[in-house]
Amino acid sequence: MASRIPCPHCGLRPKEEFTVKGAALQRPEAEAGAQAWHDYVYLRDNPRGAYEEYWHHTSGCRRWLVVARNTVTHEVASCRDAAEVKAVTA
Amino acid sequence: MSSYRLEKGGQIDRTVPLNFTFDGRAMRGFRGDTLASALLANGRQLVGRSFKYHRPRGVLTAGAAEPNALMTIGSGGRTEPNSRAPMQELYDGLEARSQNRWPSLDHDIGAINGLLSPFLSAGFYYKTFMWPAKFWEKLYEPVIRKAAGLGRATHEADPDAYEKCWAHCDLLVVGGGAAGLAAALTAGRTGTRVILADENATPGGFLLSETATLGGQTAAAYVANILAELGSLDNVTLMPRTTVFGWYDGQVFGAVERVQKHVASPDANQPIERLWRIAARKAVLATGSEERPLVFGGNDVPGVMMAGAMRTYLNRHAVAPGRKTAIFTTNDSGYALASDLEKAGIEVAAIIDSRRDAGFDFAGNAHVIRGGFVSNVLGRSKVEGIEIWREGQSERIAVDNLAMSGGFSPVIHLACHRGGKPRWSNEHAAFLVPDGLKDLHVAGAAAGVWGINPAMRSGCEVSVAALAELGISASPCNIPEIEGAVASLSAQPLWCIPGIRAKAFVDFQNDVHLKDLGLAVQEGYGHVELAKRYTTNGMATDQGKLSNVNAIGLLAEARRISPADVGTTTFRPFYTPVSFGALAGAAVGKHFQPVRKSPLHDWAARRGATFVEAGLWYRSSWFPLPGETHWRQSVDREVRTVRQNVGLCDVSTLGKIEICGADAAEFLNRVYCNGFLKLPVGKARYGLMLREDGFIYDDGTTSRIDENRYVMTTTTAYAAGVMNHLEFCAQAVWPELDVRLASVTDQWAQMAIAGPKARTVLQQLVDEDISNEAFPYLAAREVSLLGGRLRGRLFRISFSGELAYELAVPADCGESVADAIMLAGKVHGICAYGVEALSVLRIEKGHVTHNEINGTVVPADLGMEKMVSPTKPDFIGKHMVHREGLVDPDRLQLVGVVPIDPAHSFRTGAHILQKDAAATLENDEGYVSSSCFSPHVGSTIGLALVKRGASRHGEEVQIWNGLRNEFAMGRLVSPVFVDPRSEKLHV
Amino acid sequence: MRYSALSIFLNGLFGNRNWAAHWRQPEPKAHYDVIIVGGGGHGLATAYYLSKTFGIRNIAVVEKGYIGSGNVGRNTTIIRSNYLLPGNNPFYEFSMKLWEGLEQDFNFNAMVSQRGVLNLFHSDAQRDAYTRRGNAMRLHGVDAELLDREAVCAMLPFFDYDNARFPIQGGLLQRRGGTVRHDAVAWGYARGADSHGVDILQNCEVTGIRREGGKAVGVETTRGFIGCGKLALAAAGNSSQVVGMAGLKLPIESHVLQAFVSEGLKPFIDSVVTFGAGHFYVSQSDKGGLVFGGDIDGYNSYAQRGNLATVEHVAEAGKAMIPALSRIRVLRSWGGIMDMSMDGSPIIDRVHLDNLYLNAGWCYGGFKATPASGYCFAHLIAKGEPHETAKAFRLDRFQRGYLIDEKGQGAQPNLH
Repeated sequence: MASRIPCPHCGLRPKEEFTVKGAALQRPEAEAGAQAWHDYVYLRDNPRGAYEEYWHHTSGCRRWLVVARNTVTHEVASCRDAAEVKAVTA
Repeated sequence: MSSYRLEKGGQIDRTVPLNFTFDGRAMRGFRGDTLASALLANGRQLVGRSFKYHRPRGVLTAGAAEPNALMTIGSGGRTEPNSRAPMQELYDGLEARSQNRWPSLDHDIGAINGLLSPFLSAGFYYKTFMWPAKFWEKLYEPVIRKAAGLGRATHEADPDAYEKCWAHCDLLVVGGGAAGLAAALTAGRTGTRVILADENATPGGFLLSETATLGGQTAAAYVANILAELGSLDNVTLMPRTTVFGWYDGQVFGAVERVQKHVASPDANQPIERLWRIAARKAVLATGSEERPLVFGGNDVPGVMMAGAMRTYLNRHAVAPGRKTAIFTTNDSGYALASDLEKAGIEVAAIIDSRRDAGFDFAGNAHVIRGGFVSNVLGRSKVEGIEIWREGQSERIAVDNLAMSGGFSPVIHLACHRGGKPRWSNEHAAFLVPDGLKDLHVAGAAAGVWGINPAMRSGCEVSVAALAELGISASPCNIPEIEGAVASLSAQPLWCIPGIRAKAFVDFQNDVHLKDLGLAVQEGYGHVELAKRYTTNGMATDQGKLSNVNAIGLLAEARRISPADVGTTTFRPFYTPVSFGALAGAAVGKHFQPVRKSPLHDWAARRGATFVEAGLWYRSSWFPLPGETHWRQSVDREVRTVRQNVGLCDVSTLGKIEICGADAAEFLNRVYCNGFLKLPVGKARYGLMLREDGFIYDDGTTSRIDENRYVMTTTTAYAAGVMNHLEFCAQAVWPELDVRLASVTDQWAQMAIAGPKARTVLQQLVDEDISNEAFPYLAAREVSLLGGRLRGRLFRISFSGELAYELAVPADCGESVADAIMLAGKVHGICAYGVEALSVLRIEKGHVTHNEINGTVVPADLGMEKMVSPTKPDFIGKHMVHREGLVDPDRLQLVGVVPIDPAHSFRTGAHILQKDAAATLENDEGYVSSSCFSPHVGSTIGLALVKRGASRHGEEVQIWNGLRNEFAMGRLVSPVFVDPRSEKLHV
Repeated sequence: MRYSALSIFLNGLFGNRNWAAHWRQPEPKAHYDVIIVGGGGHGLATAYYLSKTFGIRNIAVVEKGYIGSGNVGRNTTIIRSNYLLPGNNPFYEFSMKLWEGLEQDFNFNAMVSQRGVLNLFHSDAQRDAYTRRGNAMRLHGVDAELLDREAVCAMLPFFDYDNARFPIQGGLLQRRGGTVRHDAVAWGYARGADSHGVDILQNCEVTGIRREGGKAVGVETTRGFIGCGKLALAAAGNSSQVVGMAGLKLPIESHVLQAFVSEGLKPFIDSVVTFGAGHFYVSQSDKGGLVFGGDIDGYNSYAQRGNLATVEHVAEAGKAMIPALSRIRVLRSWGGIMDMSMDGSPIIDRVHLDNLYLNAGWCYGGFKATPASGYCFAHLIAKGEPHETAKAFRLDRFQRGYLIDEKGQGAQPNLH
């Protein structure tokens, strides 16, 4: 992981200000069915390479962010506010 | 011992003599000496013992790669084992002790291992010490452990301070030798922010060991001028004594500055070391090169030294290596040493150059033997002569010291820390930095560019290129005329030397010798990583700085492949070892973690409270009165007072979150499993929060204090986690909801006022009517206090099961309000109670905490299945909570437990077994999750999670605590011991 | 060649020229009865027990690098069986029993050293949790002792008792826990398996799994196609990648865990100790280095390297526990890639293809499990049904809700 994360609100900040949650998956619709919910809660692509992950700027602006990064090189490609990502994908 | 200090020369300050001791013997050096140079000047060649065979060893290098001259410095809590003598600046009063020897350095019993060496070959320990099996821990291992290890660390605490800092720059230059100085100067003159870090006290690198002149000045004077210019530039930061130890993802470098490791009495107001994290937009790696040893018999005998190191001690510290020197070299650098030695009046008996066609025309007196090899050193604890092999002939000459140079390995560690693999260059006979480095440029010898002029040129060019990437245009600094330098250092690699009879060491510190590597290949450990692990080559404190490339070359020869195909082991941080102290910084002792104190902390302290850590908080646990000698006396009294009269407890540490917005109700309805849409203004409701996997996450009450304003309470432990979770839900899951969250835990002092007389007491402070009719159970409203002097929030909620309120007032008013309540309650027998009594009260009432809600519990386990709304379309946890395993009738369910004999007690963590069941894991039926002595019941009581517990009330069980040898018979009962119909809450 | 003190003596007399290779370097055959993917501890142990105990001889272990290049060679060498839950506890105790006889069994000294594992506690709640755990251990006949502050102090007088932010209140001790020379475990199993005819194929990376009619028929590798009767995957760290070749998604994330070693020291600390108020645990190797670690970095990674911030975090906790660590220098840090499962417990199961077996999800607890994992996996492969101690490690437990969550952290791998 990169030592710093480019928070869209606060700029490049040390990684330890942030808390990682895990894969940035979209929560299924309520009626999606048991299999979809199991997949969402438990299954992971766990890719080698490009990956999108939820990080919380806990000791900063307290916004949830979607960090796009590489799991092999640890390079961060982008960092966007999670609400904006949801708005775009919704 | 006679002095080896030369009459004149060097960069030492002869006007400042420094006294120091080595193994208790008083010695003397000068300012400018390192511990190694001072020892050599005092004629001390034997300075240490090797790891395995306890071979006598001398100083081998003049730098950070030193494998032999490791010593323990300092005393008491400042004892520092394994200090590298060449890196330790001498100071007055320094105490150094040799290591890994007994009874003394000169006479070490452990050296017997050398005689046994045929039976101690690589990996021998994997093949024996197996019989009888019990002997390993009892006999073999203790003996091995005692013999192994290097220095002895102290068990005392360190009295000194450490700190950590961040630094930011446009260009970081690592290494202040010829290339680094040129790079820093080129960049510094553009006005950009430059940091130059160098591991030594004075930057300059090998220039300081040179006799060449630069622009007519001595190299040292030239370096001083450049440093003066760099020092005059505001945009340049010089960081001497600073080792950059790691390159981390995201272009951050770790570095450690040895702030006071060179002073006799450290200033208590300064750290002893400082850890830096340097965020550099670009960096130049100008770390130079490491001279490679040669692998011949007895290459470890004290008096054998790296040629470059010998030159450093000679030119910089004015120390002669001995009276008569031989030089074994594969490259031209040996001739520079020969020339300097002869100028200093030291006889050079021979230069043995492995190159048959060496073109260097040596003008001195020394006899040059081309196409020759030193196969063996004669002597055991000091060099007495050497055996030279040339064209099948062996010849002996008498010398008292030997310099060796097997070529140069660029110091590329940092460039490999982020996963890049070094690449072998036949042209350089060395490994160079990985391809495709980003934001890190390599200059000078680190890039395989040898010689002062080419290195400086390289430093300039690389600096210009790095700055260009930042859009900064720079012009290379001027490079002076250089005279008297040996230009070409290119070497033929030389791995296998003919005629070896004695042990030829590859890894000096770990005593890995030539035959060990051969055995590794023979036994199937030829892969470079396996060879390392099997022989321990490269695993010593120098991490193979001297040994790795030789090992790779020898493995390549043994496997008949190229070094490129052997490859390297992985370069990992740290470049040189870093102390725990530096890495821990100021987070030590009581400052390990921050402290959180409730607004009522001092109030509680004044009332004599005993405090207990609860996460980062200190909470008051009980309030002993005069005469109470045991905590149970205080707690029992507090509990009884609450049940009979009234008590006040500080609950400020509970998490408090304000939730506002038009969709706040809908939001709460989705984060709790029970309904919140219909909660009226002025009411509180208990809420259960699940994780998405259906298990309970946290619980607490949430009150609607206005149409679109709620205040949620969480448990103390999960306050931060719940806040993060709610923010996740609001921002990432349902950003379309109009909801705002604010943590207000620290803004309010909150106290529980509980007991039958709670209302009577509280009404004296609250301006509004709080009668049962006007302010019924679960009422929650803003109230006026003390005749309108203050506004607070009053909640009629109860953790104890008594008539109870929680009153929140602005944090800074907490103490006055608490005092006012205590005053009002005095005639009613009020007492302050702490978390211990709070815990007893809640266990008696059957209320759960995270003792029960431990992450593996679902609402039904607690008898709360009705709280899981069947009608809400969606909430966190809804879709997983009904899985087969979560509704299994065999699940553990909450019950109460009491001892059959009230005189018996039991503890939390005891397990529950059926009455007559044998104590086996198969028969394990659950465990006691909470327990206490209940003054109300008159015995120990507990809450337990037991298989099918809800349907087993009345059953007799074993309460099994084999860990403490405590066994009691108990009965499963309802978890509510007090007021099971909750009548007290509604009076 | 059997190893003994005598063999060392005789070989020593003759210049150690007669030692044979510990395992052959065979060429791949066209077909094996069982192919095990992953030449780490678990894969090699599986091959060893399959061949020695279950009598299957035509076996290959395929390894993309050199054997032992994964987590068996980069862990902190601790063994223990101090587990709480009934799904775990018998399995890890089975493993401990195998450790106790391992070296005599495979005739290789892996330096199994039962020097004790002590988990410190600093609060009543931690004490209670350890009491529950210790009792679960005792119910299964596993040794466990609850020490109070004085007993810990007598054992480890140089810890911080007086000035600590979170004072030590006691500890849970398992004396049979300890350390093992990790690389030697891989080598011992490899040598043992080889002696029973197992082909160990190094530098043989699996690039694809060939399927026909609901079965796995072989693997495509960098050394060509190799056919198999049964395919067993033991590639922790890369389980998702390997299983992905068979079209399956796992409840696993790959995370980096860093570990560290200090410079070599004379005996400093005797047992394995874990801090209860921060992320730190430490032991001392026979060679003298303090081997220590902390928590995972917390983010998905395949890079085998971590962050400096985590290093500092670990050092802070270390110095909080043992102030005398201050002047000791950390020599090296490295990273391993962990299969972090969604409940913190492993998977040993047959998966969606008839003859495809999976051994994965060991989180950071895989090393201590090595013998039992190999044995139970071999049992499953050979007999088609789970070993009695490994019945709970099923893949469908996530779907069905039978989780084995020791920490109670739920479906977030980085919290386990």
